[in-house]
Amino acid sequence: MTDRALDTAATSSGLRQRLAGVPVPVWIALTWLIAMVAVALLADLVSPYSYTAPNLRNRLVAPGHPLHWLGTDELGRDVLSRLIASIRISLLIAFGASLMSAVVGTTLGFLAAYFRGFVEQLVLMLADFQASMPFLIMALAVLAFFGSSLPLLIGLMGLFGWERYARIARGLAIAASAQGYASAVTQLGASPTRVYLKHILPNIASTLIVSMTLVFPEVILLESGLSFLGLGVQPPMTSLGNMVGYGREYITRAPWIMLAPAMTIVVTTLAVSILGDWLRDRLDPTLR
Amino acid sequence: MLRYFSLRLLRAFITIGLVVTFAFVVLRLSGDPALIILGPESAPEAIAAFRKAWGLDEPLWRQYLSYFGAIAQGELGRSMRDGRAAIDLVAERIPATLALTIPALIIKLGIGIPAGIIAALNRGSLTDRLVMLLSVAGFTVPSFVLGLVLVLIFAVQLGWLPSGGQDSWRHAILPIATLGIGGAAVLARFTRSAMLEVLGQPYVRTASAKGVPWRQVVIGHALPNATIPTVTIIGFMVGSLIAGAVVVESVFSWPGVGRLLVVAVSNRDLAVVQCILLLVAATMVVSNLIVDLLYGFLDPRLRHAGGRSGS
Repeated sequence: MTDRALDTAATSSGLRQRLAGVPVPVWIALTWLIAMVAVALLADLVSPYSYTAPNLRNRLVAPGHPLHWLGTDELGRDVLSRLIASIRISLLIAFGASLMSAVVGTTLGFLAAYFRGFVEQLVLMLADFQASMPFLIMALAVLAFFGSSLPLLIGLMGLFGWERYARIARGLAIAASAQGYASAVTQLGASPTRVYLKHILPNIASTLIVSMTLVFPEVILLESGLSFLGLGVQPPMTSLGNMVGYGREYITRAPWIMLAPAMTIVVTTLAVSILGDWLRDRLDPTLR
Repeated sequence: MLRYFSLRLLRAFITIGLVVTFAFVVLRLSGDPALIILGPESAPEAIAAFRKAWGLDEPLWRQYLSYFGAIAQGELGRSMRDGRAAIDLVAERIPATLALTIPALIIKLGIGIPAGIIAALNRGSLTDRLVMLLSVAGFTVPSFVLGLVLVLIFAVQLGWLPSGGQDSWRHAILPIATLGIGGAAVLARFTRSAMLEVLGQPYVRTASAKGVPWRQVVIGHALPNATIPTVTIIGFMVGSLIAGAVVVESVFSWPGVGRLLVVAVSNRDLAVVQCILLLVAATMVVSNLIVDLLYGFLDPRLRHAGGRSGS
């Protein structure tokens, strides 16, 4: 832990030198992700048209058209505007879900570490179960029973990967509670909540963040897969997978409808993976 | 040894039990099963009869027990679309799924494992970088994108292969390639890191220091030890054959179990969905059991320790 504390101190003092050492692919990945988040946040401002507005005179226009840079789809809707709206929804789901599974998983991991015994066994059993069943199948089963809606979709995706956080948080919390700083604050009379949230959590946060960069691209792929199958985000709302799914009908005449969102999915997951690999090497050599 | 396997077997039964519980809980949480299955417009008498037939008027714990009992007897309900037994509907789709997934599995193993080993043995070389680059691509390109890009190239542009359907063996090439390429990339990455870890172990250094030829060090010392983690991921791949086929079968309109699942989910054909859920769970559990048996066979330490505790 002292090593890590020194490491953090070094980061803040020598931030400039550190930034100079960041490899080019990581810069590109970071720039792409910032651009994606900016597009998602400013979707209404940067979008040239409404993503649902049809233009029957300009149907299936190829990319490069002065009014429609990325072309139009079968109803003459602007592909760029639809792409921007899709990025917003897909990122909303991915961020919401990753955050949720991190919170759920870490909480369960901490509960297991605090109570041990039966609670721990229960959490571990559920984690094993979750890890042993393909998530896509479970998600499809839930969607079959409940039907698809945006809050349900975020909640469902939010259960993806919780077992990884739970296992990591449990292991690290058990290790941390044996250390001096945790027992010191416990001796001083701090409540368990305080010990876990104010003292242990900050110390294991870097490992959890690295796990998040592993879960995040998988959530994007999962959501786009479900939406591609027509079982995720429902029209008129649109997401990246959704666009690919509908664009597939026009693959012979207008492949750009499908290629634009497909490329966005691939580049975004690639960017998160590059960033995650780099962060992992930086923050947590034990996970390598 | 016996203790090891009985523990594994117990876990397998617990997993199946949890899947059944999951199906039961989700079914009950989603509202009145009678209304969902029969539809809100159906006659009140029909709903009452359905409730009685499925035991929905009994207390919850008895419903839970009888649900377990019905599944144990293979009573998995009937498809609400054509009234046939769900299990028959699913069973007749299995050959089509296997026709895609087994050749794909062979491609995964045939390309992924050698590529991973070669990359690890030539760490840092051009080959290694190429393999890693391809395997990152395999991880970040979702199967539906890969499938559609293959369709775009080989069906739309070149016109060599059909883009979907199941009329001849030529229809199977693109879906098999889609499944195989993605899996091979994942397996190559995994094999490479398992191999690198083993190559860094002291016994490998000792063997080469003793003067054992490098080829023999790799074949006799490194490979057997790298097999153990690789077997795990292969077991997972075998267990998730059906799950992996869901998206690809939909891309290529291939009439397998995966396609059936997607159609059943959009029609809310609950009996069929539940049947596939259990089928997937069963394949997963059986392949995990086989992996555990292989572990005991491959790694004598496990046999003598009497089972991995915790995990």
